[in-house]
Amino acid sequence: MSTPLKASISVPRSKDLEVNGVKYNRSSSRRNNFEMYAWLFMRLSGVVLLVLVFVHLWVNLVSPEGGVEAVDFAFVAGKWASPFWQVFDMLLLWLAMLHGTNGLRVIIDDYAERDRTRFWLKVFLFTTSAFVILLGTLVIFTFEPCPAGADPALLASFCAAG
Amino acid sequence: MSTAHTPDRPEDGRDDDPQDRAPEHGHAPGHDQDDRAGYKTDADAGSVDERDEADAPAVDPAAENAEGGEPAARVELPEEQQGEQEIPTFDLTLQIRRYNPEVSDEVHWDEFKLTMYGTDRVLDALHKVKWEIDGSLSFRRSCAHGVCGSDAMRINGQNRLACKVLLKDLDLSKPVTVEPIKGLPCEKDLIVDMEPFFQSYREIMPFLVAGGNEPTMERYQSQEDRARFDDTTKCILCAACTSSCPVFWTDGQYFGPAAIVNAHRFIFDSRDDAGDLRLEILNDKEGVWRCRTTFNCTEACPRGIQVTKAIAEVKNAILSRSM
Ligand code: HEM
Ligand code: SF4
Ligand code: FES
Repeated sequence: MSTPLKASISVPRSKDLEVNGVKYNRSSSRRNNFEMYAWLFMRLSGVVLLVLVFVHLWVNLVSPEGGVEAVDFAFVAGKWASPFWQVFDMLLLWLAMLHGTNGLRVIIDDYAERDRTRFWLKVFLFTTSAFVILLGTLVIFTFEPCPAGADPALLASFCAAG
Repeated sequence: MSTAHTPDRPEDGRDDDPQDRAPEHGHAPGHDQDDRAGYKTDADAGSVDERDEADAPAVDPAAENAEGGEPAARVELPEEQQGEQEIPTFDLTLQIRRYNPEVSDEVHWDEFKLTMYGTDRVLDALHKVKWEIDGSLSFRRSCAHGVCGSDAMRINGQNRLACKVLLKDLDLSKPVTVEPIKGLPCEKDLIVDMEPFFQSYREIMPFLVAGGNEPTMERYQSQEDRARFDDTTKCILCAACTSSCPVFWTDGQYFGPAAIVNAHRFIFDSRDDAGDLRLEILNDKEGVWRCRTTFNCTEACPRGIQVTKAIAEVKNAILSRSM
């Protein structure tokens, strides 16, 4: 075939932001230290999580008499009666949630191509994470295994003893 | 490269030359420099060295032919293997991803059955197709010897220079596939638009920015200081690394390994004064922190540059500057 007089591909200029859906220049340049701190946080929280997660697994699943079977309402109530485990579990909750949320944020940036998709995925991610973090923290610190004045039929058996 | 050999350099004042204080000074001219330049670390060099070692000790050809008067060949070839016709040939199937927007927006694959020689590279196979079968095949190449960085392409799914991949090293029982590098807009066949790649390269200011008093001669640098960034001086801007990076594939906004490698080359250059500025540029939302440490870039680099390591060094430099 003969070569067309005018090539159908447009030649992009270095200043064009977008040509035929291809981004030729960085659409925004955000230079603050947020990405640096996020990167650092992943590594530091990762190291701390390594300890917290394995202590958590050991204490809950291996060390109690009866192993996995032993975990029940009373076991959790017993742990959260101690301020140490309250702080420990809150730290684990916050670090794992923030670490996991930031990890997913990064994955969204890596895999979602359109800015709008990214935006809505992140809105969903941050809302659910905030919900879990707040609810979890609330539960850890307001947990009351035997609320006064509740229907005795709904209470755990050990409440009657106390 | 080596300041020690500048012919018109006055002999006086040499005491102040920082190179003279380098411990290696006084070796054979150019020798240290060559080691430093890293040619030994080049992927090919290792195998050449091994072959030398493997062949040499078997017989001492010099001793055997001492009376003959003729210099012995280093490798004894059987008589029938000499001469061009005798180079072993083999058949292979080459599949090439074709795209020509002037004809059709559709991409298709063309298959070619070729008979090639044992010494041929993928580039030779592409030449054979273009010169003898289908002249419309388009690809870039210039030096054909791994220097210019024109012919990075995806060969069997891996980013390679077509001029550095020997056909005999590929699995020829299956078709050999050749595609353009990913993540950059394809213009025709194996040719991609390198503009976004070079845009990132320009942004990191790939030139020496040196302040202070202008020296009358060259800007001295000790061999230790030169060695600090030696690895990243070897880049030929082929884009094999950047176009192998999954983060770059997403939307092409990430600066990419090649831009970071070339920033590294100046950030760690003792003569350069704009390192902070470059670190600032790469502390971008699309800068070094987008690196997910997948090592695709290091695996792809035809110059054997430790790309992921260079990125990590730039990350550390930004961190220690900010803390
Ligand atoms: C056990 C200790 C842990 C360590 C040492 C650790 C370490 C890390 C590190 C260093 C990264 C960054 C990777 C990168 O930037 O390329 C990362 C990413 C990530 N982490 Fe963790 N982490 C741990 C536990 C967790 C937990 C409990 C979760 C879930 C809540 C989690 C979810 C994630 C996610 C979603 C990512 C992003 C994946 C990616 O970047 O490829 N990690 N982790
Ligand atoms: S770092 Fe290696 S792969 Fe990347 S552009 Fe330079 S030579 Fe090519
Ligand atoms: S043609 Fe120059 S690097 Fe391959």
